[in-house]
Amino acid sequence: MALSDPLLAVRGVTLQYKTKDHLVTATYRVDFDVRASDRFVILGPSGCGKSTLLKAVGGYMQPVEGTIHLNGTQIRKPGPDRVMVFQEFDQLLPWKTVKQNVTFALTSSGRLKGAQAEERAMNYIAKVNLTKFADSYPHMLSGGMKQRVALARGMAMEPDILLMDEPFAALDALTRRKMQEELLQLWQGTRFTVLFVTHSIPEAVLIGNRILLMSPHPGQVKAELNSDGTDPVGGDGMKLSERIHHMLFSDQVEQERQTYAK
Amino acid sequence: MPNDIVQARPEFVRVVAPSGYGVVEKPLTVWEKFFNNGALRKALLLGLLAAAWQIYATSLDNALLFPKFSSTLAAFYEALISGTLVARAWFSIKVLLQGYAAGILLAALLTAFAITSRIGTELLETLTSMFNPLPAIALLPLALIWFGLGNASLVFVLIHSVLWAVALNTHSGFLSVSHTLRMVGRNYGLSGPRYVAKILIPAAFPSILTGMKIGWAFAWRTLIAAELVFGVSSGSGGLGWFIYENKNQLEIPNVFAGLFSVIIIGLVVENLLFQTLEKRTVRRWGMQS
Repeated sequence: MALSDPLLAVRGVTLQYKTKDHLVTATYRVDFDVRASDRFVILGPSGCGKSTLLKAVGGYMQPVEGTIHLNGTQIRKPGPDRVMVFQEFDQLLPWKTVKQNVTFALTSSGRLKGAQAEERAMNYIAKVNLTKFADSYPHMLSGGMKQRVALARGMAMEPDILLMDEPFAALDALTRRKMQEELLQLWQGTRFTVLFVTHSIPEAVLIGNRILLMSPHPGQVKAELNSDGTDPVGGDGMKLSERIHHMLFSDQVEQERQTYAK
Repeated sequence: MPNDIVQARPEFVRVVAPSGYGVVEKPLTVWEKFFNNGALRKALLLGLLAAAWQIYATSLDNALLFPKFSSTLAAFYEALISGTLVARAWFSIKVLLQGYAAGILLAALLTAFAITSRIGTELLETLTSMFNPLPAIALLPLALIWFGLGNASLVFVLIHSVLWAVALNTHSGFLSVSHTLRMVGRNYGLSGPRYVAKILIPAAFPSILTGMKIGWAFAWRTLIAAELVFGVSSGSGGLGWFIYENKNQLEIPNVFAGLFSVIIIGLVVENLLFQTLEKRTVRRWGMQS
């Protein structure tokens, strides 16, 4: 069966940023395609440029080489067609209530106006089970609830693609587990396309239907794997998560051995 | 085996009782409520200070050096009834508001320029480091030459005292807005003036408010000092002039009454205006505890 055109096409993207003393190459000639309704996970150790890559898709930085196309249009600046959900809890506007936060996203991006925006906001707030807290300010909510508001806000915008930058990394283990399940349930409902960055192998296996493995310094594509969320045992007798673990860390061990040998 | 070292203990599962655990929530006593009220605590402190004043002045018994609290109160009441104090205070406040508003407007323009361009930032930094340490009163002789004996000179020195404090605080507030919030704002497609108005200003509001409070205090001080030096202009003077005039006539209780009104206006603005604003905004939003 021939595949349809990709929703997001990343072609040969090299990303660099400057720190005070260095020019750092975060990723080197990365290619990947995200198709509609994918739960596409970018997985890699810290320093593999996965967050930088997500920022480039968000339009916050320009690649020095290569192109990123969304629906055939090149990405040049941030916009409401790609909504970002951040790791940080302070991504909600503290001067607005939960409902106002979601509504404001809709009105200021020009998606909807007035009562329509409010109706859609309440609809998505209900989906993340926060109707009771619609009139609370963000500082009254727990970390998990704040991330749920951010998720509701992202989904309410009904973007072409939802970008999630380790959204559950700052949560405690129990809440994280619950949020992962909720995200999957929400996806079952609307089948939105999501590009999800994480450094946790179990999270990647659970959430993703397609996993992009990246190697660090600079970030390069190492593999693209399929996952059905159940962590199945493959032909080599290893579970998917074990295989990923092996792929990510075998090089590292080899590298360290060489360093010590010197 | 490590399991042999650990002693065997039976497991258990309990049914958690739905009641019978005593007090979970209990109303506070009247006294506890009373003492939790900040305004009442402050009133108590003020009463103690007034009593100390009265006792000291009575023991000193020299109305020229240090009049009693009661005679100050009487003088204050008299001046209030006769209308002179109100007229003087109103004169001062009118000039103050003109200078304060102009200062904030200029500060807004300067910081807007500073956040949109690098040269603007440098301009703001240079100007504030030059002029912020310069006392506004030191500019008064120059102001008198440039603008003559009148309100214009007063407004000029007021602007000088407000502008730098507000600009400096607003700018540092803008700089401290978190990177995530900035990215969220840009994600919504906001840019230019809308981005500043809807994201930067509310996010930097705690700093802006601090700047406005400092600016207000600076302006009030500068105004009273300037009026003392200036004296009268265009037939009527402000509170500073009221104090100076009464000192010349050795009406010391009136001097104290003048100082008293300066304090009261300061307290009212701080406690009613700024605190209400704080409660409605930054505290409600959890940006300040």
